[in-house]
Amino acid sequence: MEYFIQQLVNGITLGSIYGLIAIGYTMVYGIIGMINFAHGDIFMIGAFVALISFIIFGLTGVALPIILLLVLLIAMLFTACYGWTVEKLAYKPLRGSFRLAPLISALGMSIVLQNYVQVAQGARVKPMQPLISGGLEFFKNSEFVVTVSYLQIFIVILTIILMGIFTYLITKTDLGRAQRACEQDRTMTALLGINVDRTISITFIIGSSLASVAGMMFVLYYGVIDFYIGFLAGIKAFTAAVLGGIGSLPGAMLGGLLIGLIETMWSGYVSIEYKDVAAFSVLIIVLIFFPTGFLGKPDIEKV
Amino acid sequence: MEKKDIIQSFKDSLFTGFIALALFGPIVGLRTASKGEGLFITPQWGVVFVLVGLCILGRFLINLNSARTTEFTIFSKLASKFSAITEDKAKHFAITAILFAVVFPFLPFTDRYFMDVAIMILTYIMLGWGLNIVVGLAGLLDLGYVAFYAVGAYSYALIATTFGWSFWICLPLAGLFAAFFGILLGFPVLRLRGDYLAIVTLGFGEIIRIILINWYEVTNGPDGITGIPRPSFFGLPFKRSPDEGETSFHLFFNLEYSTMHRIIFLYYLILVLALITNYFTLKIRKLPVGRAWEALREDEIACKSLGVNPTNTKLTAFAIGAMFGGFAGSFFATRQAFISPESFTFIESAIIVAIVVLGGMGSQTGVVLASIFLIGITEMFRDLEQYRMIAFGGAMVLIMVFKPKGILANRKPTILMHGDKK
Repeated sequence: MEYFIQQLVNGITLGSIYGLIAIGYTMVYGIIGMINFAHGDIFMIGAFVALISFIIFGLTGVALPIILLLVLLIAMLFTACYGWTVEKLAYKPLRGSFRLAPLISALGMSIVLQNYVQVAQGARVKPMQPLISGGLEFFKNSEFVVTVSYLQIFIVILTIILMGIFTYLITKTDLGRAQRACEQDRTMTALLGINVDRTISITFIIGSSLASVAGMMFVLYYGVIDFYIGFLAGIKAFTAAVLGGIGSLPGAMLGGLLIGLIETMWSGYVSIEYKDVAAFSVLIIVLIFFPTGFLGKPDIEKV
Repeated sequence: MEKKDIIQSFKDSLFTGFIALALFGPIVGLRTASKGEGLFITPQWGVVFVLVGLCILGRFLINLNSARTTEFTIFSKLASKFSAITEDKAKHFAITAILFAVVFPFLPFTDRYFMDVAIMILTYIMLGWGLNIVVGLAGLLDLGYVAFYAVGAYSYALIATTFGWSFWICLPLAGLFAAFFGILLGFPVLRLRGDYLAIVTLGFGEIIRIILINWYEVTNGPDGITGIPRPSFFGLPFKRSPDEGETSFHLFFNLEYSTMHRIIFLYYLILVLALITNYFTLKIRKLPVGRAWEALREDEIACKSLGVNPTNTKLTAFAIGAMFGGFAGSFFATRQAFISPESFTFIESAIIVAIVVLGGMGSQTGVVLASIFLIGITEMFRDLEQYRMIAFGGAMVLIMVFKPKGILANRKPTILMHGDKK
């Protein structure tokens, strides 16, 4: 039982990270109907920017909460630039092209970003000393002590705060309204005087900033990154987006949590070598049996 | 050009430079390196300034070019002329290319290195042609093609090392196994739409690789399988000193022993396998099933209403594509004599997809040109190994942006109802 609770805590932490990445997939899919294959690599770049800023601020000796806040903002800012540029270079010229073109372009972009970081930062893994240590212990009298580290609490709370801001942005502001309008009918939205290109760019910027926060959490949580982390994390986050119903924002978060839980439970109880197989199998099973996910709208094909 | 325009494009370029600084600043400018304990930063501002400068200049030139009243059309003209020539003279081109391929091993400048590269290019051509059935004809984007390549290679290696059967028995078996896996994967997933299918096939490719890494008892894990038997020339092995009661190739034909014999044999083997793939594809395109593939690619709903069963039709494409992937896999295994899961990563799938897409989906000649171009270029720039994948991914993006249909766009249906209308 204690072991189960421990896995639950770990799963929720991991799920928060996946959920934040999944939002980027689901928003882009909702608005332009393509799978942004390079999103996982945007997450990886966010992790690298966070790592670099942690090292720089680590030398200055500023208090920890200020470092965390600064790194968060810096990572969001610089990674948003990447998201914006990728959209402008690789996806915008392809609007209205045949269906697979943006996907292939995204694939190319993903290869470019991965190898670019490999060249610029080296292929070796980058370890970082843990910044936030310690934690709360529960069930001290039983055989298995459940530990909830402060880092896990930080990750979950940060995710909740960001989700709150993000939900407000989408449901209450003009920007969110424009975005939802673009999802429904891009031509009509343009006719009503909304700058569609700008709205799409902002979608990419928001998605990339959330992914960069996930990247920062990844650096803190695992303490080691390399240029290849984007691939697996990207696929899992995409699975999360599909599981929750692609195009649905609460669905992405829910899907993220589920994938996080499935992965930790699988590695806790079944086998740790095959934990990635679990994520991929879930993806295949979900797509076959509920192609619309839990909270997605059914997709009607029109002639 | 107006003065206002110049100022405008100047501002625009400066903005580009600003963005480029934000992009390259942290990632390129601050290189992390581990020294002893922990990471340290080595600044590399020189590189950043060069990159930012290039971006500003490039943006300015693009602006200048787009402000011109006369379009700079020479490239698009050349490209369309090129594809017109290759289309008109397709037959001549094909025959010349095949003749060249046949005499290639005996040309005076051909050495061991050239042969190795040629074998590699031909392997990719064969894989490209196999995948072309799935992507080009049936319009299903398969990002996990390397899984079938891996299944072919491993089934060949396992059968050959366990039972000691010859290459010619193992090859069809490996193809069958791969086709079986194609059906196994295809059956549940082929109802999915284009991009979902792409991701699921990618997941399948990764599952196969993870299983290959972790299933020690059978696949020997990350260490791979060694000692895979080399192919023999219809029972005549390529050995310097054959075993008791055996004749080897050079003794039988009274030749001086040379390792090139085996290489040349491998070269012809892959050439024949690739040509079989090509011939098969060209023929099957004219059969009902081939036409159904092309029809499905163009409009699935129309096909359904005309009574074409999409799942079965796609499944045949998937299985046949997988089978050729399996053949190529067993060739790879016998050539290398050693295989490990490292050879079957996602990037291999991406390369094969890139070959098909860049060549122009559905174009057989395009696959050849794209393979020669991509593999040849990466071989030529071997010293710049780490940059070649950037160039590779960049080429994928650029071709999609400027020529979304590929180098040789060939989406014409193979057969038209009332002949070729021109």
